[in-house]
Amino acid sequence: MNLFFQQVINGLTLGSIYGLVALGLTLVYGILHIPNFAHGALYMVGAFMTYTLMIDLGSPYWTAMAGSAIIVATLGILLERLVFYPLRHSPPIHHKIAAIGVLLFLEATVQLFWGADFRRIASPYNGILRFDGLIIPEQRLLIICGAITLLIGLQYFLRKTMTGATIIAMAQNRDGAFLVGIDSNRVAMMTFGISGALAAIAASLYAPINLVYPSMGNLVIMKAFVIIILGGMGSIPGAILGGMIIGFAEAFGGFYFASAYKDLISFGLLVIILSVRPQGLFAKGAH
Amino acid sequence: MLYKLGTLFLRPGTKYVLLALAIVFPLIAKNEYQVYVMATAFIWAIAVYGLNIITGYCGQLNLAHGGFFAIGSYALGLLTADYGWNFWPAFLAAILLSAFLGFLVGAVSLRLKEHYFAIFTLCVGFIIYLLLDKWEELTHGPIGVRDIAAPHGFGLVDFTDTTPFYYLVLVFLVLAIWFIGRLSRSLMGRTFIAIRNGDELAESLGINLMRNKVLAFILSTTYAGLAGALYAGMIRFIGPEEANINHTFDIITYLLVGGIGTISGPLVGTLGIVWITQSLQFLEEYRMIIFGPLLVVLVIFFPRGLVGSFLTWMHRKSQELGPAKKRKASKVTPSATREAENNA
Repeated sequence: MNLFFQQVINGLTLGSIYGLVALGLTLVYGILHIPNFAHGALYMVGAFMTYTLMIDLGSPYWTAMAGSAIIVATLGILLERLVFYPLRHSPPIHHKIAAIGVLLFLEATVQLFWGADFRRIASPYNGILRFDGLIIPEQRLLIICGAITLLIGLQYFLRKTMTGATIIAMAQNRDGAFLVGIDSNRVAMMTFGISGALAAIAASLYAPINLVYPSMGNLVIMKAFVIIILGGMGSIPGAILGGMIIGFAEAFGGFYFASAYKDLISFGLLVIILSVRPQGLFAKGAH
Repeated sequence: MLYKLGTLFLRPGTKYVLLALAIVFPLIAKNEYQVYVMATAFIWAIAVYGLNIITGYCGQLNLAHGGFFAIGSYALGLLTADYGWNFWPAFLAAILLSAFLGFLVGAVSLRLKEHYFAIFTLCVGFIIYLLLDKWEELTHGPIGVRDIAAPHGFGLVDFTDTTPFYYLVLVFLVLAIWFIGRLSRSLMGRTFIAIRNGDELAESLGINLMRNKVLAFILSTTYAGLAGALYAGMIRFIGPEEANINHTFDIITYLLVGGIGTISGPLVGTLGIVWITQSLQFLEEYRMIIFGPLLVVLVIFFPRGLVGSFLTWMHRKSQELGPAKKRKASKVTPSATREAENNA
């Protein structure tokens, strides 16, 4: 039974991280209808920024995470301005190719400056909590709590504040949003900023129990895509639920079946789901 | 003046000149290495032509293309190295296998549109990579496949030499381009373009979307498999890295630089970039620092690539020059005009 709960904790941890990354992706998709293939690169840059701020500049974990979130948010806004804004009238295939270009560029640049080695971020929270034989590493607890806090904060921002409402409005109906005088540029920049910050925070939370390297974003971004397809592209609750589904599938699948193939689980799931329901599991109507 | 020079390129004879140049290339090359690089570039060009069918003509961004390239290489490599097949039967089997898997993947993935299709194929490419890397009983895992047979020369030629292999690749490249040329002028090719330009409109014209898209997909994976099999026959050592997503991205870059949806674009793009990377060896690892932004700049400012931009420019010039001169030039422009219109 303890082993089972251990896997529940693992599933929650993975699900929180995937959910945060998928959330950024789904926000951008909801507003701009761009599948941002470069999102994984933002995640990776986030991890490297935290690493640099902590190891090279000696700042504490939380400050490093905040700094990294700000840097990556700025990077996201720059991307929107320099790459996706000029492409707003192009056919959708161009967005995807441009996003791939950005992804390649960021990966190669990071590799140029930091090298391809695997690095570790030492978390200040490396203790272990024990509850009646159940072992919970502090960092995992931090990830779960951090993700929940962020989600509640984001929900509050989107539902209760005026600025957040503009994002929701834009996602619901673009033309309607223009009609009531919402500035689409501002909303687009803000969405990219939030999405970048979420990616950076997810990376900083996850990095201490994982490794930091230039291609670390590839797997995560592909899983995030699986998640937002599962949850319906553009849907915020869908992203969180999808993240949990994939997180649990991986934790349990990797434990009870074959751990070598655990990365295959999410993609296999996607193939099966899309074969049966091409519009995703929870998608309401077509986007 | 430039326009006159441009019309030279559009003459029907140009392709024969290029072919002649390709034939004498091993004689004028400085060393064997250059021939080798050229043969590699030709192999990649075949793969790029494959992507051009599904992405350029049919408008569906297939991100599993590198995966199918790897399937072609692995099929050939495993059949010859582990199962003792001869090269040519294995070669045929590799191509058929890529086509068959293309059919399976296409039948599922092409039910999805646009973003969903791109994401799905991205995942398929990754699944292929994971399988090659993890399924050690079949693929040897990360060690890769060694001792792949070279093409059997029937006692006449030795394909382990670079130059004969170069000619072999050239033959397949010419066949590949010839087929694409026929295809793009055929009803089927136009059907693909109609789907790209608007699939709802195409459907309302009575085009069976699914059948045509799957057909385009199978053709493209066949090309990828052919290229992969040739690659395995030349390098004779392969690993799971062949299926790395970066190979797909390389292929997309070649296609985009050359000109998506054009006949000569894939060749121009591939040869251009392969030779530039070759001359800047130190770039190998960091080439994406230049290619990444290059992709972005291309899709923003020159979405039609080198060849597409050239054709558009020629088209505009021929309009400006007025009817008198146009009649004179009309011998060469129709195909260019058509291509420019198609891409509009």
